[in-house]
Amino acid sequence: MKFFFKPLLIAALCATAAAAWADVNVGVTLSATGPAASLGIPEKNTIALMPKTIGGQKINYIVLDDASDTTAAVANTRKLIAENKVDIVLGSTTTPNSLAMIDVVSEAKTPMISIAASARIVEPMDAKKQWVFKTPQNDIMMSLAIAEHMAASGVKTVAFIGFSDAYGEGWSQEFAKAAELKKLKIVANERYARTDTSVTGQALKIMAAKADAVLVAGSGTPAALPQKTLKERGYTGKMYQTHGVANADFLRVGGKDVEGTFLPAGPVLVAEQLPASHPVKKSALAYVTAYEAANGKNSVSTFGAHAWDAGLLMTSAVPVALKKAQPGTPEFRAALRDALEQVKEVSGAHGVFNMTANDHLGLDQRARVMVKIENGAWKYQP
Amino acid sequence: MDLQIALLLGQDGIVNGAVYGLMALALVLVFSVTRVIFIPQGEFVAFGALSMAVLQAGRVPATLWLLLALAAMVLVVEFWRWKRGAVVDWASALAWCVVLPLAAAALVLLLKPTSMAGQALATLLLIMPLGPLLYRLAYRPLASANVLMLLIVSVALHGVLVGLGLLFFGAEGYRTTAFSEERFDIGGIPVGGQSLVVVGVTLLLVIAMFLFFGRSMIGKALRATAINRVGARLSGIPTELSGDLSFALAALIGAVSGLLIAPLTTVYYDTGFLIGLKGFVAAIVGGLASYPLALAGALLVGQLEAFASFWASPFKEVLVFTLIIPVLWWRSLHSHHVEDEE
Repeated sequence: MKFFFKPLLIAALCATAAAAWADVNVGVTLSATGPAASLGIPEKNTIALMPKTIGGQKINYIVLDDASDTTAAVANTRKLIAENKVDIVLGSTTTPNSLAMIDVVSEAKTPMISIAASARIVEPMDAKKQWVFKTPQNDIMMSLAIAEHMAASGVKTVAFIGFSDAYGEGWSQEFAKAAELKKLKIVANERYARTDTSVTGQALKIMAAKADAVLVAGSGTPAALPQKTLKERGYTGKMYQTHGVANADFLRVGGKDVEGTFLPAGPVLVAEQLPASHPVKKSALAYVTAYEAANGKNSVSTFGAHAWDAGLLMTSAVPVALKKAQPGTPEFRAALRDALEQVKEVSGAHGVFNMTANDHLGLDQRARVMVKIENGAWKYQP
Repeated sequence: MDLQIALLLGQDGIVNGAVYGLMALALVLVFSVTRVIFIPQGEFVAFGALSMAVLQAGRVPATLWLLLALAAMVLVVEFWRWKRGAVVDWASALAWCVVLPLAAAALVLLLKPTSMAGQALATLLLIMPLGPLLYRLAYRPLASANVLMLLIVSVALHGVLVGLGLLFFGAEGYRTTAFSEERFDIGGIPVGGQSLVVVGVTLLLVIAMFLFFGRSMIGKALRATAINRVGARLSGIPTELSGDLSFALAALIGAVSGLLIAPLTTVYYDTGFLIGLKGFVAAIVGGLASYPLALAGALLVGQLEAFASFWASPFKEVLVFTLIIPVLWWRSLHSHHVEDEE
């Protein structure tokens, strides 16, 4: 009897120990290739910097690439949930991908933190979206920042030129709202395609409308084209860009033609120039230091910082959830979701997060600063 | 809209139209000689422009490795065909697979041209042999297949080349320095020197092609092949060579277009497709057969695009591509259908 009992006891102990020490599995799907690759690559590099243990618990990261493709993002999410039994999903990089993933994660009752920009990912709140959180600022916050800056510098009439896709369309709507609040008149509303080789027609129309300022709503280097064309035609008004251009390639392609441009951005873009009293300075610098230590000087981008913030939210929620349930169980996933909703005053690279049941973004105006392009570099505007 | 805006738009339309015109010429040339609807034509534009940009940045463009790899593959294929008893024209095979790629490699790796002319020459040498090499690898084994099959191969090739473009040059775009920074004032309208270069080079190429097809023996042989393949073969014209030549010309025209537009706009790895597609619309206006009509079509597309971007910028592409419908309708009413199915 004694003979059998001891091994049994050991086996039983091992079983409970294994359950008690089950690792937290984190599923990540990012657009590391395809059209959104310039966003997805720094995000992927950032995942490698995330903590390996939280609250004494080992964290496993399973990182998949969705190639900027919606179908692949959904397939990845299903795979992560069904095969890897993940407790939380991080991603994806783009709005269409993230929107498509909502159904999958809500069905499996697994929390998800998106690093795509659109407000539609977490608004309006419903039974499905209660499982979804996101870290990048909403467009309305950024467009309000632009409209405020315009109004403050005496701009009365604005011309808008944006991508002829969801990005440009979204900005057109959000900026129209912000402009109305600040009593700005939109005198031209033009579109161009990312791949266009000429925007002379649109530029001429903007010049004919005699706008005080022009807002270009594009992302990455294609956003430089309208500005170059306007400069070439002798336009002298103020130029504004969106935070979609906040990478070094834009400065390279834009060159001297984008000097003096204003844009709103997450504080991490100018982390070193922030005043010491800025609430985000310390946490933003922490990310810049960590990223540049791993990937070289001046390699940091604002997009990777959104992934970093997702990691910070997770880091602050996991210890709370661990007190309630074991990783790998539905109870743990539900507890993790509840804990994410309770996140208060967590400083990230892009701002300070305060989640509520209705606000699954949790950022306020501390999450954006105005930046000016001066001598080929980003300059913080107090 | 006043006269000055109209003139500026017209000027923009002419410059863009000139580039579309070059695309249309290449497409008509390739189609009439080989019956291939050459969708990857635009990729030559992007490869040309980006290779030039990389050369200007003082690095070695990855298109060189593509060229050498393709050349080696074609050599292996030719050798294999020769082993199996097929007749191989070694003179032309060696010219495309060894001489030109080695010349390009020597120019890029050893001489490292720093002058703009040298870099442009290196780019042309890099891109031009890609045409015949791709033809030999992808199209020649299917030379007698129907037009649809060749079109499917074109689509596949386009996908492969765009993917390679992303791998070689990355997702972000490049601009090159202009051939001419001059600015002129013609009747109160400012005209950029680079725009004049674009229009001038296009005119030169058109005249050169006109002379080539009208006067030279090789040009006449190409035309004969285009009109009737069997007949040309019966009168002793090596129709195999005409495929090489037409693809080499198409690649050359693509590379030249790339050099022309790179200073005017930011070029991305996938920019070429849309340019090629607009050239295709222009070529359709010419029924994929007539050079002058294709050129006229290109100017029409350029003007339509310029004015559409002024009046209704969200619908610009819609307007340009809708142009195909009335054109096809009109053409199907007025053309008698001749399918040369051999």
